[in-house]
Amino acid sequence: MNKYTEDDLREELKTKEYEYGFYTDIESETFPVGLNEEIVRAISKKKEEPEWMTEWRLEAFRIWQKMEEPEWANVTYKKPDFQAISYYSAPNSKPKYNSLDEVDPELLDTFKKLGISLDEQKKLAGVAMDVVVDSVSVATTFKKTLSEKGIIFCSISEALQEHPELVKQYIGTVVPKTDNFYAALNSAVFSDGSFCYIPKGVKCPMELSTYFRINQAGTGQFERTLVIADEGSYVSYLEGCTAPSRDENQLHAAVVELIALDDAEIKYSTVQNWYPGNAKGEGGVFNFVTKRGICHTNSKISWTQVETGSAVTWKYPSCILKGDHSVGEFYSIAVTNNYQQADTGTKMIHLGKNTKSTIISKGISAGKSQNSYRGLVQVNSRAENARNFSQCDSLLMGNDCGAHTFPYIEARNKTAQIEHEATTSKIGEDQIFYCNQRGIDTEKAIALIVNGFSKEVLNKLPMEFAVEAQKLLEISLEGSVG
Amino acid sequence: MKLKEKLISSFMAFENQVDIDSFVHDIRSEAIKSFEEKGFPSKKEESWKYTSLNKVLKHNYSVFPKQVNALEYREVKRYFIHDIDTYKIVFIDGKYSSHLSDTTHDGMDICLMSAALSKPKYRIIIENYFNKITTDDSLASLNTAFSHEGAYIHIPKNKLVEKPIQIIHFSTGSESAVMLQPRNLIIVDENSHVQIIERHQSLTENAVLTNSVTEIYANKRGIIDYYKVQNDNQDASLIDNTYINQKQESHVSVHTFTFGGKLIRNNLNFFQNGERIDSTLKGITIIGDKQHVDHNTLVHHRTPNCESHQDYKGIFGDNATGVFNGKVLVDREAQKTNAYQSNNNLLLNDKATINTKPQLEIFADDVKCSHGCTIGQLDENAMFYLRTRGIPEKEAKALLMYAFANNVLESVKINELKQRINKLIANKLGVNIGFDL
Repeated sequence: MNKYTEDDLREELKTKEYEYGFYTDIESETFPVGLNEEIVRAISKKKEEPEWMTEWRLEAFRIWQKMEEPEWANVTYKKPDFQAISYYSAPNSKPKYNSLDEVDPELLDTFKKLGISLDEQKKLAGVAMDVVVDSVSVATTFKKTLSEKGIIFCSISEALQEHPELVKQYIGTVVPKTDNFYAALNSAVFSDGSFCYIPKGVKCPMELSTYFRINQAGTGQFERTLVIADEGSYVSYLEGCTAPSRDENQLHAAVVELIALDDAEIKYSTVQNWYPGNAKGEGGVFNFVTKRGICHTNSKISWTQVETGSAVTWKYPSCILKGDHSVGEFYSIAVTNNYQQADTGTKMIHLGKNTKSTIISKGISAGKSQNSYRGLVQVNSRAENARNFSQCDSLLMGNDCGAHTFPYIEARNKTAQIEHEATTSKIGEDQIFYCNQRGIDTEKAIALIVNGFSKEVLNKLPMEFAVEAQKLLEISLEGSVG
Repeated sequence: MKLKEKLISSFMAFENQVDIDSFVHDIRSEAIKSFEEKGFPSKKEESWKYTSLNKVLKHNYSVFPKQVNALEYREVKRYFIHDIDTYKIVFIDGKYSSHLSDTTHDGMDICLMSAALSKPKYRIIIENYFNKITTDDSLASLNTAFSHEGAYIHIPKNKLVEKPIQIIHFSTGSESAVMLQPRNLIIVDENSHVQIIERHQSLTENAVLTNSVTEIYANKRGIIDYYKVQNDNQDASLIDNTYINQKQESHVSVHTFTFGGKLIRNNLNFFQNGERIDSTLKGITIIGDKQHVDHNTLVHHRTPNCESHQDYKGIFGDNATGVFNGKVLVDREAQKTNAYQSNNNLLLNDKATINTKPQLEIFADDVKCSHGCTIGQLDENAMFYLRTRGIPEKEAKALLMYAFANNVLESVKINELKQRINKLIANKLGVNIGFDL
């Protein structure tokens, strides 16, 4: 067998094309390009939204117009032309199906390629899927089981029709319209997304899962997710994404809001594998996401993410630890290759007493990519006994990539205990040598080390997802993960 | 009139006052232009996010102190490390005091910047070294524009300077508010070794703003130990900009001891230009009241096989604010870099604030870089242990705090200075313990 060296791996990484680059030809209904109040109204009308929602969107649009695109992130890219994007696109095949057989076979094929075939999923350990293809839900399974428990899991447009009071009460409370440029844009034009409500004391019996896909040429995807866990409830929510190969840059500006009321727990896991652009750095998805959760007394929010895709990622899943004894967690693996750029991290805002937060971030950069961790830990003066532990490790493969850490730590309470540590290293020659000595070839050794490096985070993923996450790591760093 | 406008309009007058040398003149004019464009930094700038100069800038500073009060050695003896023989370069309100100083031209130059800038024999050195490593930071530009007086130290090859050098700036409160802009240039040639202690001291309660720039060049195998003692009174503010350029195999350490002052900003920049360089940055900060201390460090690793060590300890009480912004930059060429950064803080009061931002920016793959940062409070078990052994609470606290900061002191090579710092720490912690025993 030929000796497999790190150089080979690097070569392979360079030439590895995006495996999931295909495009489903489903006839779509698409709005004209451009953005103005008319478009915002039209989106709202299309979704048959109540009057207050239309006003809410318009207000967000007006705020957005006055805002400027943020430039502080450690990424460079050609700014998208917001007037050259079509803000609504929905698959044509309506109305909704009662069974999978009715679903567009081509679409089913797409899912099969992604390895998430619905039939399989249906049979497998109770994963309910709210499949989002280009902004509109086309199939929802296991709804019955959920509704028996009183759990509401539907698209946000459906929620606006059927549970407007819940949406009205919570939307925009964690990520206000004024929060940032992309959040404002999303608030104005979001087309669809998921809504989830777990009633008091209910433990959701299955992992809730949504697969987002960007499918239509030139359409940005503006998802809006709202998860509410009422007192004493528990939910584990899975979000995974793949997108077809495209030459022009696609924009994705999602907003995710989590609300954990007293004693509730939300576990939110993401696997993101959008098209990262080709080996020359052309194309690829721009991923500008605002994710934030609010924790009330005794509650817990846990973010886990595996980021392997997108040309530019700009994402900071955050926790506001408002209630006493609340807990926030953030586990992340970010892999960048070729010309990918990732600026990701978290914010932990400690407001309540005895609040705890943990941050584990693993960055792997290869090719000519740039990988940054940017995080904020803030302990306010009333947050007695706040505790934080942060660890940011970076692994560099090759000499053209960069790894950066920008942690911000602000403490205003004397009882705060904060620890932060960061390391940057490469796979050591001695580590490889050690493995070789014991009869493990270099390829396997690299796999072993990368796997070990990410294990801490992979372990946090739900079983069903961990398999897929490893598969995505494989694609991003082919040859290095066994 | 705002300070910025005042400074710009006094530039002409300043230029007329000093000898106009066309070389330095050009640098000054360019610098004032740069300052005019940028103005004083605001909180909108990332590196000034946690430090606002507004409160400090509101005074009506006199840019050229008119009268200079004479000082007797016995009045200010306590600010010197007086129990050992040292070279001294002393300034009173920005003017050189030959009476208090002890300089030399014997085999090396330990003298004045004003002489170096105006005398032809220094011309070649000034052209090669002056203002070569300052960044285009607006405060550094402002200093460059008004650069005239300060310490000039040039140690030639193969020379071990047997006595430490003390650079002390006194302000006597001759006017209600004074702005000082000392400019230092330190060049250490091959195989030479020098120790320098720098101090700024205001003698009255009148406001003082010092905007200091120090350029340090360590050539091949040069060794420089630089100690900054910052224990000024509550009305004095200091913006210290230090730039260090290191050639191969040189060792430079900078220790910053910050106990006093209203607002202190330390911009400490290390540039490594050669292999096997060692850079050390250490600091102890113990402040209270409404004091504000901001350490802003940069270590730029440009060449392979170099090391850097950073260790900053901070103890913050009352309404004090501490900022640490440490950046380690590793270029693609700088393989086998070993960079370490640690920032530990104790928060003693709920009104005190710590903002820390340790950054790593790494472009080379074969490196060992790590940083650690902690914020915490005294260990209750340790306190209990000491109390059960009959040590009163205050002393027990002080002991623990002293132990916390102690490893920074270990690398101080001048014993008398170490003792002095120990005393300052004891004072600051409000106890009477012979820590150096």
